[in-house]
Amino acid sequence: MRITQGTFSYLHDFSDDEITLQIQYCLDNDWPLSVEFTDDPHPRNTYWEMWGLPMFDLKDAAGVLMELNACRTAHPDHYVKLNAYDARLGRQTTALSFIVQRPQHEPGFRLERQEGADRSVRYTTHAYATERPVGERYARS
Amino acid sequence: MIEPRNGSGTPASAPRQGFAMGSQDTASGKARDSAEADGVDEVLPPDATVDLAEVRRDTGVDDVLAALDRDLVGLAPVKARIAELAALLLVDRTRVRFGIPTPRPTLHMSFTGSPGTGKTTVALRTADLLRQLGYLRRGHLVTVTRDDLVGQYVGHTAPKTKEVIKRAMGGVLFIDEAYYLYREDNERDYGQESIEILLQVMENNRDDLVVVLAGYADRMNSFFRANPGMSSRIAHHITFDDYSVDELEQIGLLMADELSYRFSDEARETLRAYLDKRVEQPWFANARSVRNAIERARLRQARRLLDRSDARVGRAELTTFERADLIGSRVFSGGAAAVAERGPQDAEEFAESSSDAS
Repeated sequence: MRITQGTFSYLHDFSDDEITLQIQYCLDNDWPLSVEFTDDPHPRNTYWEMWGLPMFDLKDAAGVLMELNACRTAHPDHYVKLNAYDARLGRQTTALSFIVQRPQHEPGFRLERQEGADRSVRYTTHAYATERPVGERYARS
Repeated sequence: MIEPRNGSGTPASAPRQGFAMGSQDTASGKARDSAEADGVDEVLPPDATVDLAEVRRDTGVDDVLAALDRDLVGLAPVKARIAELAALLLVDRTRVRFGIPTPRPTLHMSFTGSPGTGKTTVALRTADLLRQLGYLRRGHLVTVTRDDLVGQYVGHTAPKTKEVIKRAMGGVLFIDEAYYLYREDNERDYGQESIEILLQVMENNRDDLVVVLAGYADRMNSFFRANPGMSSRIAHHITFDDYSVDELEQIGLLMADELSYRFSDEARETLRAYLDKRVEQPWFANARSVRNAIERARLRQARRLLDRSDARVGRAELTTFERADLIGSRVFSGGAAAVAERGPQDAEEFAESSSDAS
């Protein structure tokens, strides 16, 4: 099941050139970018691992792409996303966030139903991948 | 632009579709594109001819070079090298139109020369120029020294150097006093790690940034001797000669003009006499010394105007240096020569303590 989180997630996976254009758009808007990765893509997991610090004062997309590629090389089987932060007063939030790498095989989520009192049911999702330990979740076997 | 028999209606300079980075379509980008995806641009037939003069007009190279010539005094070797780069760009662009594989030239440079010969100024201009010529995407200048590149403990250097490199991407990374990166006496110095990362980036990211190393000639030479890899990756070793007195005078006039001052005829002669004396004295820093002299002349001029019996001034008085503003310098009273015998420590103090030292 293809995970759809962040911007552009219903589009095809971006090529490096397309990612570069997006990065440059962010930099032209003075949004510093950061690279994050995880192997627990639950929608409520907002805290992905940081790949280095956010990159400030960059002018050109090549620098961000360099870090991004370093992260992809180190974590080929993880989800990797780019975040752009708009620091302007009044906004001060993530302005753009999109997944730039996903594992080859995404097993998806299971819906769990928990019986509560008075026949009530609580629903929760559970990623199949998280049944394996951290670091091996999406490993190609 | 394109000859009629070509049949293509689009001029080569029209913005191309595709994934060029940003708005600036770099020459290298074009070269790569045409090498990889043949047929995106109409390739000229082998027997076609292109008017280089026309290409030259279209790129506006001449304006850029003329501005450089106007704003910088002297520096003939530097200007010659930049004119060559501009010519190469024009030829490369035309080669691309014929479909000839055209790799991007190596643009890393080293600037060697005495203090105040304009290394930093030229670096700034070069960055701008290379952008206008289409070699760089952004054309900003990131000036760093050893402090910005080398860390203080194990594992600190690499991220620090990489961060600086990332900031410089698309522009020029100007490493001032680059020879400090390498310390001969200390094998475990972290500078070496920084040099290795730089070398790697200079090789792999040639399209993304231009590295300029600057420093004094003798120390840079020993730096390159100790790091042959660095020397061989730099295509342009440019030497900045000391300025002649004529050039210094011209620089002085330009600087004064930028500050909206002018020299009276008498003061101009005095400036000349001052420079004649000053170049002979120790710790002479070429254009920087001229700038300092002008700054001090401003101080003296201000004081002269305030001390005058007639307190009313007009535009002319406010913007004119008189002979007295320059003759007050210690260069004329022989003060600096006395210091020269006492050594550099005294000279530092001397320069600090007396505003009219040189």
